[in-house]
Amino acid sequence: MTEETDLESLKRGTELVKRGFARMQKGGVIMDVVNEEQAKIAEEAGAVAVMALEAVPADIRKRGGVARMADPADVADIVDSVSIPVMGKSRIGHRKEAEILQAVGVDMIDESEVLTPADDAYHIDKREFTAPFVCGARNLGEALRRIDEGAAMIRTKGEAGTGDVNQAVHHQRTIKGSIRKLIGMNWEEREKWAREHEAPADLVHETAEMGRLPVVNFAAGGIATPADAALMMYHECDGIFVGSGIFGAEDPEAMGEAIVQAVNNHDDPETLAEIASNLGKSMKGDANVDLPEEEKMQGRGV
Amino acid sequence: MTLIAGVVAVQGDVSEHADAIRRAGRAHGEDVVVHEIRQSGTVPECDVLLLPGGESTAISRLLHDEGIAPEIVAHVDAGKPLLATCAGLIVASRDAKDDRVDELGVLDVSVDRNAFGRQKDSFEAPLDVAGLDDPFPAVFIRAPVIDAVGDDVDVLASWDDNPVAVRQGAVVGTSFHPELTTDSRIHDLAFFDSVAVDA
Repeated sequence: MTEETDLESLKRGTELVKRGFARMQKGGVIMDVVNEEQAKIAEEAGAVAVMALEAVPADIRKRGGVARMADPADVADIVDSVSIPVMGKSRIGHRKEAEILQAVGVDMIDESEVLTPADDAYHIDKREFTAPFVCGARNLGEALRRIDEGAAMIRTKGEAGTGDVNQAVHHQRTIKGSIRKLIGMNWEEREKWAREHEAPADLVHETAEMGRLPVVNFAAGGIATPADAALMMYHECDGIFVGSGIFGAEDPEAMGEAIVQAVNNHDDPETLAEIASNLGKSMKGDANVDLPEEEKMQGRGV
Repeated sequence: MTLIAGVVAVQGDVSEHADAIRRAGRAHGEDVVVHEIRQSGTVPECDVLLLPGGESTAISRLLHDEGIAPEIVAHVDAGKPLLATCAGLIVASRDAKDDRVDELGVLDVSVDRNAFGRQKDSFEAPLDVAGLDDPFPAVFIRAPVIDAVGDDVDVLASWDDNPVAVRQGAVVGTSFHPELTTDSRIHDLAFFDSVAVDA
């Protein structure tokens, strides 16, 4: 027998609901797409969500100029075309782009350094939104500042659009290394660490006690192959964003499916060997060491 | 006695379910060993199974790619307990009315995916559940609703007249996420109360 439940007692957009959404993405691959056709291919390949963009980061990089939020009509078309969650990118600090994306119905907003920052001092106050946010970080201080502003998910910044996994590894190692140091510290040392790294002290203590970030921690920025995805899972990421790596590859369907399978089998080299075989060319990419400082996106919005 | 709990870990909120079943086990003085299931071969060793929340299209695809799907069906056919939440419920159902999901058919219900809407419509609310004294803090995230149940299925809870928690034999399915809070009563109900009754 079922009893009456008070329908008026529901609460939307709470921390639990926003962070809960991020948790459902764990162990999954989120793929960048620029139209409905690509979104359907990503869904068919086993993506847990798609990121709706006007252009993938590799093309944004090539094109130069100001990179902005995608046309809301195009984002809405992608939202209508698939059953999995759809995310959209707003510029750092561009509250109005984020509000528009929320109004269009995206399931998560990426306040992203891949687009040209709209504010050089402040990020969006994400606590006021019903939609959950994901933000990039290069180190633990950045990650905790973003969580303090309301981010429900953190991803490594890496160096987007390069196809070079080097910086994603560097950022994940940096975050994990700092957490290991915090675990070994006493209360006063953690307070001092918080001051030195401009991180909120309560989140520093919480992270040290949990031994991990208090929100889901994905890898992003330069992941281009199944082996790259497996490497980031080895570095204890909760899941993977693949930007230009899917639709910049010779055979996007095969590459997408292989990256999904590689995340599930990241600790089994023999299965990985099968998964990584005969996929055609992966994206060409640009090595991080050859990239001029001024072309790097990761220093935007710290 | 040690209870071997398999958490299907191809995608979704796996660690939350692992924590929840360990917590429920501790409260019942039972030793719980958790196996995370990413490939075939592990399910037959498990006493109970948990099918987490996540994305039903991705989970369903990997369960079939990895050959885990028939093992779960055999587990349920043998009368062993299974708790399936949200995407897990969709995958476990008889009919998800969507070609993108290949259902296991171990729970005689049909479901509507994302019936509450998109993430902006996701919510938490206290929910009355049959067999629990106080309301359960239910978290619904892009949740499905159950729109038809078979004769052998008991409805344990409803939201706005739609069933959101059901039991059929040793299988319990919920549209919401009992693993997202520290309240283990749904895990108790799915595993420890029923195990005790069967024994």
